[in-house]
Amino acid sequence: MNAHILPRLGAAALLLGPACAFAQSAGAVAPEYRWLTFAVFGLIIAGTLCVTWLAARRVKDASSFYAAGRSVSGIQNGWAIAGDYLSAASFLGIAGLISLYGYDGFMYSVGWLVAYITVLLLIAEPCRNIGKYTLGDILAFRNDPKKAKTIAAISTITVSIFYLTAQMVGGGVLVKTLIGIDYEVSVIAVGVLMLAYVIFGGMVATTWVQIIKAVLLVAASLLLVFFTWLPYGFSLPGFLQAAVADPKIQMQVAKLLGDPATQMSAAELGQRFLEPGLYLKNPIDQISLGMALVLGTAGMPHILMRFFTVPTAKDARTSVLWAMGIIGGFYVLTLFLGLGAAINVGAGKISAIDAGGNMAGPLLAQYIGGGADSILGNLFLAFVAAVAFATIVAVVAGLVLASASAMSHDIWVGVVKGERATPQEEVRAARISSLIVGLVAIVIGIAAKGQNVAHLVALAFAVAASSNLPAVLLTLYWKKCNTGGVVLGMTVGALSAIALVMVSPNMTYPNAVRAQNEPVIAAAPAKIAAAEATLAAAATEADRATAQKALDNAKAALAGAEAKVASVAGQTTSMVGLEAPLVTLKNPGIISIPLGFLCVFLGSLLYRDKRAEDAWEELYVRQNTGIHAEGAVAH
Amino acid sequence: MDMRAKTVDWAAVNADPRFRDLHRRKSRFLWGLMAFSVAYYFLLPLGAAYASDLFRVKLWGPVNVGLVFAWSEFLVAWGIAFVYARRANREFDALAAEINRDALAQAAAVTP
Repeated sequence: MNAHILPRLGAAALLLGPACAFAQSAGAVAPEYRWLTFAVFGLIIAGTLCVTWLAARRVKDASSFYAAGRSVSGIQNGWAIAGDYLSAASFLGIAGLISLYGYDGFMYSVGWLVAYITVLLLIAEPCRNIGKYTLGDILAFRNDPKKAKTIAAISTITVSIFYLTAQMVGGGVLVKTLIGIDYEVSVIAVGVLMLAYVIFGGMVATTWVQIIKAVLLVAASLLLVFFTWLPYGFSLPGFLQAAVADPKIQMQVAKLLGDPATQMSAAELGQRFLEPGLYLKNPIDQISLGMALVLGTAGMPHILMRFFTVPTAKDARTSVLWAMGIIGGFYVLTLFLGLGAAINVGAGKISAIDAGGNMAGPLLAQYIGGGADSILGNLFLAFVAAVAFATIVAVVAGLVLASASAMSHDIWVGVVKGERATPQEEVRAARISSLIVGLVAIVIGIAAKGQNVAHLVALAFAVAASSNLPAVLLTLYWKKCNTGGVVLGMTVGALSAIALVMVSPNMTYPNAVRAQNEPVIAAAPAKIAAAEATLAAAATEADRATAQKALDNAKAALAGAEAKVASVAGQTTSMVGLEAPLVTLKNPGIISIPLGFLCVFLGSLLYRDKRAEDAWEELYVRQNTGIHAEGAVAH
Repeated sequence: MDMRAKTVDWAAVNADPRFRDLHRRKSRFLWGLMAFSVAYYFLLPLGAAYASDLFRVKLWGPVNVGLVFAWSEFLVAWGIAFVYARRANREFDALAAEINRDALAQAAAVTP
């Protein structure tokens, strides 16, 4: 196997030039193989639409629309949670981080799994026992229903829109990078498809779309890891040794370290890839992000909602166990995907197509199938691209359903109609709300084109952790918690998280952008001239290819820097009028989460609410025993 | 649902020694596991930042302490989930079902 892979490596190196050249214009899939991608896309879309058509006949009332009639099994729900949770950011993003930065990328993935411990131990079962359809239902159990539902709906929609924007923009860019479809077209395609699932099939279809996506994702990852690891006889040290000894990885580490790298041997550089510190530099920021993940996941409305789809609290427990197995297993596999891409494709080629490394997984798939010129390579790539597309649609569907439920069930039925709506009216309201949220998502997706939205995912988790989680946790476990605390805590928690991000280094600061890019532009003409001279002097075909690549890179660097400077032309301050960030913290959690908890405490102690006190014993007994939990609906 | 819910005497269930016992056992177990899991998780970024020399120590070919520790995070998370689920399935569910049954029987007897 080793002998077999070496000629392929050489072939891959030769292909580097042309592959990069078309990547900038068309996408990772070569135009002549695009039909393959569309065929795989078509199969997945046809399959999921079939499921939606079957589901639509079962969606008759609110319970089936919001909660799939509470008839989803624990195992099914576990797969659906994994499908809801593993966004394109984890599927492609983490493998990409590992392929570019090694150990730190893998370390980053751990928090996303540990988050489910909080869900399992503190949230899933009590919420299943006392909840109905939404976050608002849980908070309205003890607190003033109208106030609690209003604030819960606002928070649900805020969190979901942040996450949704990141998914729509990320998805649009991804589909463009993969197959070269226009950004706007892919945003609309994702939006329309997701709306078809949600509006016609409600939670039933959304659940199945998420299950299908999770199964595809796991299958794709297992397949890639199998073929990546096979040449090393499935030896762990053997595989890692190959990474450490790989010249491309050593070069990448040298590039990341800069000057200190000159003192290090090749073996030391390679080993450095498996050590921390190449990507995550500030431990306070990591702890802050870790807090947002560990507490925020349990406060994510679209995750909470999944626990209302199972018949009992025991099934809720089973579903978290399955979800943890799938999600954790997936992150363990990403280490192999990331390192495999770094060995076989190389950080240079990966970041040439997408600076964030998102193309590591797809390019690895193409390599394993036989490279950019082979049918099998392009079939693998098409499969991974189609899985990525299914991933985006499934996550977006869950988010839209969560916000639409908050709008129709909490606001329209709960607050406006005072709980007086017929089941038909409620389902109609839910469908109209889904349409509104879906259209808003499409509009935001198109309007935010070209914006850096990666930090919005972290912000969504931070808001959920600072606003929803303190309110839910203390409503469930603290006798004195009441409406005053919930309203104050959720407001302050959410606003402080958002405000801290607005003044953080995540925003774009025009002066900093200019300071960073103007030297690049100034140095570019000399670099391009030098590259042209090398190209003209190149004697052999291989030299010419290398020189052409260097020239292309120099031109791309200039174009990129010019575009960045042009995007801030005429501006001197960030969106909120700052010339430089006020705080160094990128993730607000470490400040906003304690603040959220503190305000729930203070608000509860300062406010008198007889209903919250009277309902405590009922809530506490019910959340622990499951007496009178909402039952399953037989179909 | 609310009409039916009112017929259970929540204060009586809350005062039931079996419920107090369930509550005590569950709380101690849950919050203990939670504290352990959070502490263990934050050791990873803290270790990477402040004990990087330890993380670099090679154990098995290129496999170093840092990698083993990161893998152990997965095993510990799964282990906690397994330990919790086993005890909940075997012990807490049975206790809750018993309390649940008696409370509903009580409510049925009181309701005319």
